Amino acid sequence: MSEGKIVASFVVPVHPHTVLAPDQNPGWKKLREAFDQAAQTIRELEADLIVVYSTTWPSVIGHQIQADPNPEWVMVDHDFHDLGSIPYSFNIDQEFAHAWDDANKTRGLQSRCVNYKGFPIDVGSVVALTLLNPDNKIPAAIVSSNVYANRTETTVMAKACLDVVKAQGKRVVAVTAMSLSNRMFTDFIEPSEDKIHSLKDHEWNQKILEFLRQGRLEDVGQLSRTIQRQIRVQKVVAFKPMWWLSAMNGNRNDLTGNVMAYEAIHGAGGAVVHLDPTPSGVGDKEYDEEDVEYFHGERGVLDAVEDVEIEEPSPNAVQSSGPALWEPTEIEGSVNTDSAPKPVGAYPHARRVGNMLYLSGVGPRQPGTNAIPGGPIHDENGEPLDYDIKAQTHAVVENVRRVVEEAGGTMEQVVDVTTFLVDMKRDFSGYNEVWAETLGKVGPTRTTLAIDALPTPIAVEMKVIVHLGE
Amino acid sequence: MQIRCPFRAVQCGRIMVKGKIVAGCLAPHPPHLVYAENPPQNEPTAEGGWEQLRWGYERLRASLADVEYDAIVVLSPHWQTYVGTHFLGLPHFEGLSVDPVFPNLFRYHYDMNIDVDLTKAIHDEAQASGLSVKMMENPDFRVDYGTIVTGHMFNPSWDKPMVVVSSNRSSQYYSVEVMQDMMIELGKVTRKAIEESGKRVVVIASNSLSHRHFTTESEVPEDMSKEHITSHAMHLWDMRIIDYMVKGQSQRILDEMPEFTEQAIAESDGGAFSWLLSTMNVPDYPAILHGYGTIIGTGNAIVEWPCYAHEEGDE
Repeated sequence: MSEGKIVASFVVPVHPHTVLAPDQNPGWKKLREAFDQAAQTIRELEADLIVVYSTTWPSVIGHQIQADPNPEWVMVDHDFHDLGSIPYSFNIDQEFAHAWDDANKTRGLQSRCVNYKGFPIDVGSVVALTLLNPDNKIPAAIVSSNVYANRTETTVMAKACLDVVKAQGKRVVAVTAMSLSNRMFTDFIEPSEDKIHSLKDHEWNQKILEFLRQGRLEDVGQLSRTIQRQIRVQKVVAFKPMWWLSAMNGNRNDLTGNVMAYEAIHGAGGAVVHLDPTPSGVGDKEYDEEDVEYFHGERGVLDAVEDVEIEEPSPNAVQSSGPALWEPTEIEGSVNTDSAPKPVGAYPHARRVGNMLYLSGVGPRQPGTNAIPGGPIHDENGEPLDYDIKAQTHAVVENVRRVVEEAGGTMEQVVDVTTFLVDMKRDFSGYNEVWAETLGKVGPTRTTLAIDALPTPIAVEMKVIVHLGE
Repeated sequence: MQIRCPFRAVQCGRIMVKGKIVAGCLAPHPPHLVYAENPPQNEPTAEGGWEQLRWGYERLRASLADVEYDAIVVLSPHWQTYVGTHFLGLPHFEGLSVDPVFPNLFRYHYDMNIDVDLTKAIHDEAQASGLSVKMMENPDFRVDYGTIVTGHMFNPSWDKPMVVVSSNRSSQYYSVEVMQDMMIELGKVTRKAIEESGKRVVVIASNSLSHRHFTTESEVPEDMSKEHITSHAMHLWDMRIIDYMVKGQSQRILDEMPEFTEQAIAESDGGAFSWLLSTMNVPDYPAILHGYGTIIGTGNAIVEWPCYAHEEGDE
């Protein structure tokens, strides 16, 4: 079985104009053409599954996942019914839907599948699947947007989805059906009169798109509450799709972004954006919100019988493979941080002795998700996989920075590094390039060794010594 | 040619009695009520539940059993429109309505008639007053479940034509105050169109009061041991609004609508409640409380304003 992963992500607009009336307005036409181009990209990626998080499917009882294997109906928009009707017949991956539902529950979420003839699939999902998957060849999954959910619940729900993606080894395209600014004109307009509702909305949209163009998805996620206040009609309690999409991508800021189109749909900001998981840079983050693995929020509001203790899964329950993760040890002088990946044994992230800081071996695994930027070097069966040594090296340096800063130090205080590569011949050049861009500018001494293997499927690890100053 | 005067309408040479609103109702739409009734139109079946509210609907139906009327005008918060106010504009709609939030409870085969003439009259009056309005004439359109639940609970035989009005979400775009201004205007023109139509009409706001849901559902949804209001604050707001209704203090409801809507997360944000009070000229006579209960934590009241007993008689 191949490794399950997100092979691409897309942001797409929700209104039906791109399906029903692309020729009535040049902007709607551009969005439609971007949709068609995105569909072509998805075909070329040979994706196994398209997962849609739609902001136009609100839910109250936790999150709902569509599980009708072939939902069919005719969708008519509540506002834009005069544009026409959209008949649909979708191909839903029922097995994935149920596995995702189970994974949600494992992570403490309220969740359920829906499988009812005539269930009204929302306009955002209908538009997305109609245009991104026009021949229905790729199975789909659709999840609702809970009206009460906030960042934690939305993030954990994405992580549960990733659990299943990895467990089933699927190549997945993640889609958020959403507007940027969602303020429409409240009066009827001619198609030719369409434009973004206000300059302020347009400027915020441009800001969001600039971030996405730079692959800074987590930055947009962390701005979600601000965006909600600035340019969103208060239909829901928060602007959630970026939380979901960012978590689906490991909360990264170094994706490769491509804004394929940005236009107005009845005043709202509609954009088609492609986010490629290929790393595009260091991906600095200004700050990290708490990275939550399990939902412990207040959902048991139906009194005593619902007060079921959620048993937190064992540390490695969310891993599809690899050694168990440990909580870092806390011996005196230990320095540990939640922003670094958990150890694979009984040791701290670092230990301080006087003004010296000694780091345990640091790899590229991501905190929380345990994902490996650039991909793992082999699959669960030990079959070699193609991987990106530069992305792994960047991630190692980033993890080093997190631990050093947790100790109150800076990267400029790093004095000595020992690097371990599992494939010197293949990887030295790429590793050396990233080194020159990062630690090479700091100037620590360095020793690079070839070794046979590391405990997790990674290609590079660094042992770092820091002089914290007087 | 239609000639209008304040109290009579003359159409095609025939003297037509001035139309009137015979009753106004607050008639909420949680699908749980239809589910608990087990009507043949609904696919899921229940072991009862939410009897306080279902008995309330029974009392409402009994109260109006001897009141003659020609049509029902309903404004449901679940046909949400952001671009103007819309009206169902075809004579007949039928199909399957599945509640997207509680599909396990509500999958209802509906078959309803629309009073298109009255609809068009209200639409035209609203347009003339400057409101943005549109007739919905797409035959594939699926009627929102709020309208259907209220339609069924108020008139299970579906033997009266309806006028169905969308919920413009101006409270979300602007403010509750702006929403209320628009809905008061819509209420006035609704009343005017009804009077000029010569028809006797029941007007219905299909909304709950406090509207904070539980976000979990018990294994047996109709298990009434799990049903209660979500918080004391919600209860206090519900009782306050009910007190105003039964004392005939409608203006106070309108005055406090912004605070009520915000603090009780009330479904009055959809405008139906303000519109309803406006259609009845903001009644200062007592309403009849037929029932109050909670549904998945939200507060619901079934209330009747017996306009037939308090407003001018037929001419």
